[in-house]
Amino acid sequence: MVPITTLHYLVVAAALFVLGVIGVLTRRNVVIVLMSIELILNAVNLNLVAFSRLWGLHGQVFAIFVITDAAAEAAVGLGILIAFFRNKETVNVDEVDLLKW
Amino acid sequence: MLFLDNIWVILLLPAFGATMMFFFGRKLQKRTVSAVCVGVIMLAFLWSCGAVWQYTQTHVGSQPFEKVIYTWLGSDSGHLTYLTHDGQPAEFKAQVGFLLDPLSSIWLLFVTGVGVLIHIYSTGYMAHEGGYYRFFGYLNLFMFSMLTLILANNYALLFVGWEGVGLCSYLLIGFYFHRKSASDAANKAFIVNRIGDAGFLLGMFTIAWYLGSFRFVEVNALAHSGRYAIGDPILTAVALLLFVGACGKSAQLPLYVWLPDAMEGPTPVSALIHAATMVTAGVYMVARSNAIFVLAPTAMKTVAIIGALTAIFAASIGLVQNDIKRVLAYSTVSQLGYMFLALGVGAFAAGVFHVFTHAFFKALLFLGAGSVIHAMSGEQDMRNMGDLHHRTPVTHMTMFIATLAIAGIFPFAGFFSKDAILWETWTSEGSASGVLWGIGFATALMTAFYMFRLMYLTFHGRPRMSHEVEHHIHESPKSMTMPLVVLAFFSIFAGWMSWPHSLGGSDRFMKFVEPVFAREAQVLTEEGRAAQVAAGVHEEEKSTGTERLFMVLSVGAAFLGWGLAWRFYRHADRDYKEPIAEATPPLYQVLYHKWYVDELYDYLFTGRRKLDGVRLGVMGLGDASTWFDVHVVDGAVNGAGWTTRVLGTLSKWWDQVIIDGVCVNGPAILARLLSYPARMVEWGLVQWYALVMVAGLLGFVFYYAYR
Repeated sequence: MVPITTLHYLVVAAALFVLGVIGVLTRRNVVIVLMSIELILNAVNLNLVAFSRLWGLHGQVFAIFVITDAAAEAAVGLGILIAFFRNKETVNVDEVDLLKW
Repeated sequence: MLFLDNIWVILLLPAFGATMMFFFGRKLQKRTVSAVCVGVIMLAFLWSCGAVWQYTQTHVGSQPFEKVIYTWLGSDSGHLTYLTHDGQPAEFKAQVGFLLDPLSSIWLLFVTGVGVLIHIYSTGYMAHEGGYYRFFGYLNLFMFSMLTLILANNYALLFVGWEGVGLCSYLLIGFYFHRKSASDAANKAFIVNRIGDAGFLLGMFTIAWYLGSFRFVEVNALAHSGRYAIGDPILTAVALLLFVGACGKSAQLPLYVWLPDAMEGPTPVSALIHAATMVTAGVYMVARSNAIFVLAPTAMKTVAIIGALTAIFAASIGLVQNDIKRVLAYSTVSQLGYMFLALGVGAFAAGVFHVFTHAFFKALLFLGAGSVIHAMSGEQDMRNMGDLHHRTPVTHMTMFIATLAIAGIFPFAGFFSKDAILWETWTSEGSASGVLWGIGFATALMTAFYMFRLMYLTFHGRPRMSHEVEHHIHESPKSMTMPLVVLAFFSIFAGWMSWPHSLGGSDRFMKFVEPVFAREAQVLTEEGRAAQVAAGVHEEEKSTGTERLFMVLSVGAAFLGWGLAWRFYRHADRDYKEPIAEATPPLYQVLYHKWYVDELYDYLFTGRRKLDGVRLGVMGLGDASTWFDVHVVDGAVNGAGWTTRVLGTLSKWWDQVIIDGVCVNGPAILARLLSYPARMVEWGLVQWYALVMVAGLLGFVFYYAYR
């Protein structure tokens, strides 16, 4: 049984991060984009928790902050999305181009 | 003194009739209209008789009777003054006041008398016409104006009547206004009269400026006072200007053209206005102004010469006219010429006497002509008449009497007055008296000829009318023949009122009128005697024997004219020949076309005819004005418009190209060009931005990893 090292964590975190980035870049539905952002944030959290095994609890505390922040961000993002949906009847990100002229 | 003191009633009566017709005429029955309009004139006539009778009873020595009703222009308080020519202040004042003296008495009597008869005649003549009340309303208005003219005590009020009769003349000539010729004739009469009226107005105001008064009594007194020398240039101008007015109203030579055309009106109108009364207004006015005329020998000569020329000129046209009313119209012009000849040689009383007799026989002739036209179903051309004497016996007999009167055959009315004029002309002073007498004598001959020509063509010879017309010929009703008979009576006996001394009479008429002119006659005789003595003329020429010789001569001329007409027209059939046309066709053409005077006036004054393509006269002035308007005024307008347009085009170009193009759009274009690259990177898709971020991140990562 190979012990689970920091590298494993990092690989899983990197995989999560890339999945998140790909989701952000390719999906049209804003809800999924927001969920992909959650993936990216959780990849970072994973890194933070992994490194805290080596250097103390700071990493875990910071991960708690990130979770909080993620919740706030999701709330704000979804709020914007609902307001937007009321105006445009869509949740597709490529149709959000009001600032383009 | 009831009639004399209330002389204004004479004016009020016809004014009442005219007002009634104006307001209620349309609703009234013809019988009511006749009763009112004829009634008021009859009352006016009776009142006039009463007034004149009372005047002759009370005013011995022919002092004028003056009755002022109120001050019409100016004021009684002397506030309205003006400066006369010598710097003296004079009061500007015209009253509504009436003057009765022998002169106005004569006019008053024959105007109302003939007026009554013609009103009665009109009830028959107009019985079947439309506008019956309108006709009688106009006639009454005319009587009112004419009586104002006659009874006025100053020039201003006289002018009111003068214009009033002109207006009524216009209205009545144009009575059949739906006929273009009638309305044209009415306009012509009105416009030609305006020319004369301008002269009269100028004369009137010159009198006010020079003598300081409008009142006849004052003007006469001043003229008699000796302050003004004989031949005074301003008084001469005044006299000539007044005579211009008389020329217009009384149809004298340059301004006579309206009277023949005035025959377009109904025949009673021709009789009343254009034969008996209104056209003698000029004679009245000159006679009324005799004190001024006597001080202006040049004006007197002009009056005499114009009168004589008019007499023979109109008579010559009358010789060949075929319209029965036109012959009478030219005859009227010619007789008016006689009257002015008499005035011009200083025989005022003889002129007035001729006005008096002429009123009766010329009214009779016109009314007779109306009766003939009535019988002929409206035909006026004598070429289509003939042989009417046994079918219209009363008309024939009365017209025959009138013809004898106008031809001057003893002892009918015209003989006495015409002979008085010719005799006075012969005995007047001046070198031209012989020539003037000659013209008058020739006119007498021509008058007899054309009048008997009219009689023969109308009543004798072969019938030349169509069968239908012939079938309808009938004598006129009593209302028309009765006035004819009364007028015929006066045509015989009116002249006897002045049975001359040379034939054992006492010249009563002349004696009655002469006081009005007494001083003038004296002045003239003195002047004349001096001139005659200078010329070596003997007193004997004025003897009774010579006067009788002249009477025989003029009656001879009348019989000669009668004889000629009898010879040429007695058997006139359809193809009868005009003797003048047979003898000298060119002369006939000239006379037939009235000496081409209307054409000449059309060339010179109206411009209805073009001379070589160019108009002269009024319409020429119109043409010139049109040219000026089209070329100069419109040119200036168009020029201004064109300039504005050019400036507008320039301004538009400047605005579009410089302002809009360079200044406004220029920066915009520049901004757009500059913004192009910036817009390239702003494509508006969030994920692209994210992709760029990721790419940048990867760039940094690789940069730091493989540096």
